[in-house]
Amino acid sequence: MSAAGFATPVAAALRSRKGAVAGLWLAAMVVAAVFAPLLTPYAYDVQDLPGAFQPPGAAHWLGTDEFGRDLLTRLFYGARTSLSVSAIAIGISVLAGMILGAAAGYFGGRFDRMVTALVDLSWSFPEILVALILVAIIGPGVTGTMAAIGVAYLAQFTRLARAQIMAIKSETFIEASRSLGASDGFILFRHLIPNTLAPVLVAGMLATGDAIILEATLGFFGLGAQPPTPSWGAMMSSGSAQLFKAPGIILFPGLAVAITVIAINLFGDALVRALDIRRRERTG
Amino acid sequence: MAEPLLDISGLSKRFETPGGFGQKPRSMMAVRGVSLRIGKGEVVGVVGESGCGKSTLARLVLRLLEPTDGRLVFDGQDLTALSAREMRRMRRRMAMVFQDPYSSLDPRYTLEEVLGEPFRAQGLPVPEGRIAELLAQVGLPETMRGAYPHQLSGGQRQRAGIARALALHPEFLVLDEPTASLDVSIQAQIIALLQDLRARLGLTYLFISHDLGLVRYFCDRIVVMYLGAVVELLPAAATPPRHPYSRALMDSTFVPDPGQRRDLVGLTGEIPSPFNLPKGCAFAARCPRVTARCLAEVPLLEASGPHALACFNPLPEL
Repeated sequence: MSAAGFATPVAAALRSRKGAVAGLWLAAMVVAAVFAPLLTPYAYDVQDLPGAFQPPGAAHWLGTDEFGRDLLTRLFYGARTSLSVSAIAIGISVLAGMILGAAAGYFGGRFDRMVTALVDLSWSFPEILVALILVAIIGPGVTGTMAAIGVAYLAQFTRLARAQIMAIKSETFIEASRSLGASDGFILFRHLIPNTLAPVLVAGMLATGDAIILEATLGFFGLGAQPPTPSWGAMMSSGSAQLFKAPGIILFPGLAVAITVIAINLFGDALVRALDIRRRERTG
Repeated sequence: MAEPLLDISGLSKRFETPGGFGQKPRSMMAVRGVSLRIGKGEVVGVVGESGCGKSTLARLVLRLLEPTDGRLVFDGQDLTALSAREMRRMRRRMAMVFQDPYSSLDPRYTLEEVLGEPFRAQGLPVPEGRIAELLAQVGLPETMRGAYPHQLSGGQRQRAGIARALALHPEFLVLDEPTASLDVSIQAQIIALLQDLRARLGLTYLFISHDLGLVRYFCDRIVVMYLGAVVELLPAAATPPRHPYSRALMDSTFVPDPGQRRDLVGLTGEIPSPFNLPKGCAFAARCPRVTARCLAEVPLLEASGPHALACFNPLPEL
């Protein structure tokens, strides 16, 4: 399916009420992340120690943190890190999982057995453990976090893509295509992958929600973006020491994570419904 | 018979199940030494119960499955000797219509894309006006061009499947139970369409079915298969069968006129497992005319003129 083929379901997803609300929140977060320098008068890394621990007010809408930095500003810049790290990592993971799963499911044989064994092996560890090991190898920071998230979810997408490909491979229209002289490449790219794309992309969308949590977790442990670069997880980590003194420092990034993940899940649900071609209106 | 378009000789297919933990690999012969000549413009029917290997035969003929043994000569060219590339080109001349019109169309393809696929699969441009021509040929309205399969009825889908098979102007169509999944009223329409197309386009059909009544109505010659082998070859649709199995198949079709009703020769027992064929005739265990020889020896297909059968104790010639 082409990019244009996805514009319709996305538009349809936005037409449902849940999808619209979720889409609005996600759009707001993306705008906040992209235009952070334009949206706030403060810098995310300039300290103002006398102004630390301010409660929400007119000057600082969400208050300030332990170094007197504006929380809303840091939340916007944090969205940059959290969203881009999660989305890029999942994007690469979906692409790699799609290629691995499609090749394994279509060609079978020894390659398939090897891929399946690796997927099963990786599924026997919790994602956080896989991610921690990878960060330990690559080193903390944005790159390490991306790699950790990408690899942690790779097995999921590979398995899904493989299962979809195997199910569709046995449909009669694949045999029909072959009887007309279609090559393996034609069958893969014109039939199998287009029919697999929708569920894998929705799974990727939903996994992005999980990835934001995983990124926050790694950030909370100090393994994600390094100070002074803000990320939602790192903000919560520094706020945990001041939980009772200034609950806003941990509360606001926590809420940002929670609402964003819920929005992603709702939007994913709406997308699932919109992607089901049988529910689309008659086009002819 | 007219000049043969397709000459099948000694075609066999063995399927093997892989061995696993404590399991020996098993093999079964789905098709056993089938030989058949199909003349240009002829309609040859293949009948048999489910599991008799008729669908496997259909796939072997189009090389969708590789035969274990045997030769396939299409218009003077040995198909089994063709390279993948040559075979791909050859596929322009032969096509298949499938049983299940629901799974034989990609749910993401519009009708226009379905009919354009044969050209794209062959790396050819879709000729101007060909889609409209194909739609008209199978009696689908031009307005359905942009419809998705789920918006079509079973009969319309099957028409689309036929149109797709015709796209590249093939000479030979394998029809694998094209009406078995349809309502009876729709079946008649599809059969009429296939007859009409054959007359107009000079097509040759290999028609696979489990319905002997339909095959007798539609086909010039009839091949009766049992457990992967041909047991009888009827030179004309009206030829009375002599093999006890063909006879039983024919008797199992309903005759609407009570005066015409024959005595039913009910078959008893089950088809033997293809993994473990009996020593003698595969049909012996269910045959009402079984003799001692049937249990010990395998009868071979022998022809007396155009009528051939594999039986030691056939029904008398009428």
